[in-house]
Amino acid sequence: MAKRVGTHTIELESKPHIIANAAVVGKKEGEGPLRDEFDFINEDTTLGEETWEKAESSILKKTVSTVLEKAGLEPKDIQTIFSGDLLNQCIGSSFGLRDFEMPLVGVYGACSTMALSLCMASLAIESGAYKRVIAATSSHFCSAEKQFRYPLEYGGQRPPSAQWTVTGAGAAILEKSVGSPYIDAIHIGTIQDLGIKDGNNMGAAMAPVDVKIEP
Amino acid sequence: MSVSKDEYGKMADKASPPSPVLKNCCFAFLVGGFICLLGQIIFDLCKMRDIEESTGRSIVSMSLVLLTAILTGLGVFDNIAKFAGAGTMVPITGFANSIVSPAMEFKSEGEILGTAANMFKIAGPVIVYGCSSAVLYGLIIYIFKLY
Repeated sequence: MAKRVGTHTIELESKPHIIANAAVVGKKEGEGPLRDEFDFINEDTTLGEETWEKAESSILKKTVSTVLEKAGLEPKDIQTIFSGDLLNQCIGSSFGLRDFEMPLVGVYGACSTMALSLCMASLAIESGAYKRVIAATSSHFCSAEKQFRYPLEYGGQRPPSAQWTVTGAGAAILEKSVGSPYIDAIHIGTIQDLGIKDGNNMGAAMAPVDVKIEP
Repeated sequence: MSVSKDEYGKMADKASPPSPVLKNCCFAFLVGGFICLLGQIIFDLCKMRDIEESTGRSIVSMSLVLLTAILTGLGVFDNIAKFAGAGTMVPITGFANSIVSPAMEFKSEGEILGTAANMFKIAGPVIVYGCSSAVLYGLIIYIFKLY
C-alpha cells in the first residue's frame, strides 16, 4: 500500500513502471537543445488543420499513437488515460483522444499537468484497480495565446521576460510491472502565490512552487 | 524558505531583462513618423484632386485602416509591430489591427459567436472608456460653461 512519508509525499509500493514514452513538438521546440529527444518535430505549426485547437488535438493524437506503437500495444490494451491541456473544457484532450475509445480522465494543472497526470496515473496503478494506463498532456503556443492573451496577429510588443507556451505533447505508459524507470513516490505541492501579476512572466509566477518542496 | 511578496517581486524584477526603451522609442518614432507621412501624402494627393479638406481627412483614416487590415490579414502587420511598438499602436493603425486580429483569430468559433462577438475584445474597452470620458468631459463643460 502507498505510504505517506512526511506531509505531502506519498511513497508507492507498486513502483509503477514507465514502459514507454513519446514526445511530439512544434518547429520552435525542434530548434532547441532538446531536439534529439523528440519523436517527431512538426515543421508546420498548423499540422494541416484549420484551427489551433485542432492542431493541438492532432499533436496529442500523434503522441499517443506513437507511445502505443513504441510499446507495441493497441488502444484496447490501455485501461484509462489521464490527460489534460490548457483549453476550455480540456478540448485538446477530449477531441485529440476521441478516436482511441479509451476511458479518459481530464486533468487541469496548467504547466504542472504532465506531473499531475503522472501522479494520478501512479495512484491508479497503486490502488490495484488499473494494470496499464497512460499519462499525457498537450499544449500549443497559438491556442494558449488565444485562450489567455492576445490574438496572434495583434501587433503588441512582448517584454523580454515573456515566456512561450510549448507547442507539443507528451505521453507515458505506466504499467504494474517491475522495471526501470519507475515511479518511486509522488508529491503534490501546495499553492504558492507570491503576487506576480504579469501574465507574460509565467516563470516568475510558478517558480516559488518549484522551490517549496517539503518532505 | 520564506520570502515576502514584496521581496519576491523585487527578485523577479531584478531577474527580468529590461525592455530596450531607447531602441523601442527610436523605432516607434521612425515608424510612427512614417505612418504620419503616409497620411500627409494621401491628404495632399486629395487636395491636389480638389477634394474638400474634411473629406480628405476621412480618406486618410480610411486608407490607413484599409492598409492595416490588409497587412494584418496577410500576417505582416504583427511582424512590423514587433519592432515599431507604439509607432504602429498609437496611430489609427493600432486601432484597426486590434479589431481585425481578434476577428481573424475567432473565426474558428463561428461567424456570430466567434468573429462578431470577439471583434471588439481589445478595442471595446477603449471605446467604452473613450465614450464615457467624452460624456464626462461634456458634462463638465455644460455645468461650468467653459465656452
